[in-house]
Amino acid sequence: MDNPLTPRSNDLGLTAAAKANKPIENQDAKSFFAQLQGFWVTFITMFKKVNTVQYPEVKEPTAERFHGRHQLNRYDDGLEKCIGCELCAWACPADAILVEGESNTEEERYSPGERYGKVYQINYLRCVFCGLCIEACPTRALTMTNEYELADDTRAKVIFEKEDLLAPLRAGQLQPPHPMAPGKTHIDYYRGDVKGDLNG
Amino acid sequence: MTTSQLIGTDPGWISLVKGLLIFVVCVLATLMSVWGERRIVARMQQRLGPNRVGPFGLVQALADGVKLALKEDLIPKAADRIVFVLAPIISATTCFMSFAVIPLSGEVTLFGHKTVMQLTDIPVGVLYVLAIASVGVYGIVLAGWSSGSTYPLLGGLRSSAQVISYEVAMGLSLVAVFIYAGSMSTADIVAAQNQWWFCVTLFPSFVIYAISMVGETNRAPFDLAEAEGELVGGFHTEYSSLKFALFFLAEYVNIVAVSALATTLFLGGYHALPGLGFTENWLGGWFTVIWFLTKVVFFFFIFVWLRGTLPRLRYDQFMKFGWKVLIPFSLVWIMIVATLRVLSQQGAPRVVVIGFTTGVVLLVLAGSTLVESAKKRRIREDALGEVSAPSFPVPAIPGKSTTKEVIRETEQLNG
Repeated sequence: MDNPLTPRSNDLGLTAAAKANKPIENQDAKSFFAQLQGFWVTFITMFKKVNTVQYPEVKEPTAERFHGRHQLNRYDDGLEKCIGCELCAWACPADAILVEGESNTEEERYSPGERYGKVYQINYLRCVFCGLCIEACPTRALTMTNEYELADDTRAKVIFEKEDLLAPLRAGQLQPPHPMAPGKTHIDYYRGDVKGDLNG
Repeated sequence: MTTSQLIGTDPGWISLVKGLLIFVVCVLATLMSVWGERRIVARMQQRLGPNRVGPFGLVQALADGVKLALKEDLIPKAADRIVFVLAPIISATTCFMSFAVIPLSGEVTLFGHKTVMQLTDIPVGVLYVLAIASVGVYGIVLAGWSSGSTYPLLGGLRSSAQVISYEVAMGLSLVAVFIYAGSMSTADIVAAQNQWWFCVTLFPSFVIYAISMVGETNRAPFDLAEAEGELVGGFHTEYSSLKFALFFLAEYVNIVAVSALATTLFLGGYHALPGLGFTENWLGGWFTVIWFLTKVVFFFFIFVWLRGTLPRLRYDQFMKFGWKVLIPFSLVWIMIVATLRVLSQQGAPRVVVIGFTTGVVLLVLAGSTLVESAKKRRIREDALGEVSAPSFPVPAIPGKSTTKEVIRETEQLNG
């Protein structure tokens, strides 16, 4: 005789128990012992190992793919990967990135190809570390590091400029501006065909 | 010499020294208990708790106090200025006063003078403590009222209603102690527990006192007066700086005070654990202070444990528990204790005492069985009533349609 429109009862099966004429368990007694169980939980937790990390003194490594501070990468010869396309800035939901592109010249070349990022700023008061900028970047110029200690005491200090974000020069990398490797085009760079150590 | 005679021979300066010592102990106990509570609760949540200021974070409470003192002291425009200032002072002074009659030690020698660590012993010592606690409520009521703001008023009302209600249960639980000790003087009560502590012989009283002392001090799970989610800070919402610090101090001194009273009345005061009586003579009797403090710390740990474990009660449930469970229960218990006491004092034969006890036990069993079966029947009727809920979807209201006809109809429907 179940009416399909009868609301679902939340009486923990008491209706069914009543229908089946079964004795109903004493819920009070149950909950009383359940409460005592709670006391045991807190008591035994006191003797467990604590989860606290003594942070400024002890630092634990982050997860491998933790979204930390950004980094502007370079090709193996030191030229910048950023081409100033502003796709990262457009992808940013928090409007934290400002990019101003400029044309490379033969005398002053910062990246392979036509354009480079002249101004590159990320405002870490706005950034939400979502990583959409990294997804948007067509040359893998922009990636994220695991560095998370970004707090500072003025607003100006947490707007990172291009020189703060650029990856440091590794051995064999040459500080731009310098010309592209002889006989190579920006497509070779993109494909990873240009190796470092031009002078050596 | 009895304790009161010993105290009676104290010169004035000894009393002064004792008063100062008690004050210092109370303030130190507050600092330590704030630290201890935070550390223990943290452990229960698998954290470390404050461990930065001083060794093991011991100075944390002191640092917090200094910080509070340096904060801006605000008085709201709508507040009644005089009462607003007076309220925390009432709270903070009354909480210290109850310590005057608490015996902290047995016979000791203080600056070459034989005495006990108890400021004074009056024949109605425990009544004095209850009276002082009631005056302390004024601090809460007045703070809530004088703030000129809604939340403090509600918090103040809640706190005072709570403290007053649980004071009734607390007072009743003490009656059994008075009957058995034959005195209201704290020193006599401790002396009466030479052999058996009252927490054993008067176990139900002890349980009632233990519950009501948590209610009395507005502590979790009975801290609905300061329910952060509902009333911001309760009666002290509008208080800042030193005035807030006074309330804070009062709360913790109160915890220590009710713990000390519980120790005195139920755990044998400064007496050693059974079987360790010889330690009471160590250090020229001063070792009894350590026993006393150990017991107080034990109660304090219970306070913290409760806070770490139980969720906050709903206000109506809490009041219902106080008035409909604790108070009737203690009234019945007092009647039983009083009857037994009179029977034994009148030299009634053993058969009568045993018969009376058996009768009481049988009555309690019969009563609880009746209550239980009534409850079961109600649950079953609720459940049956729900089957005949209206045929359109509305939330089921338990217990709304439990008339006999409905049940019969339902049973017929169900076959």
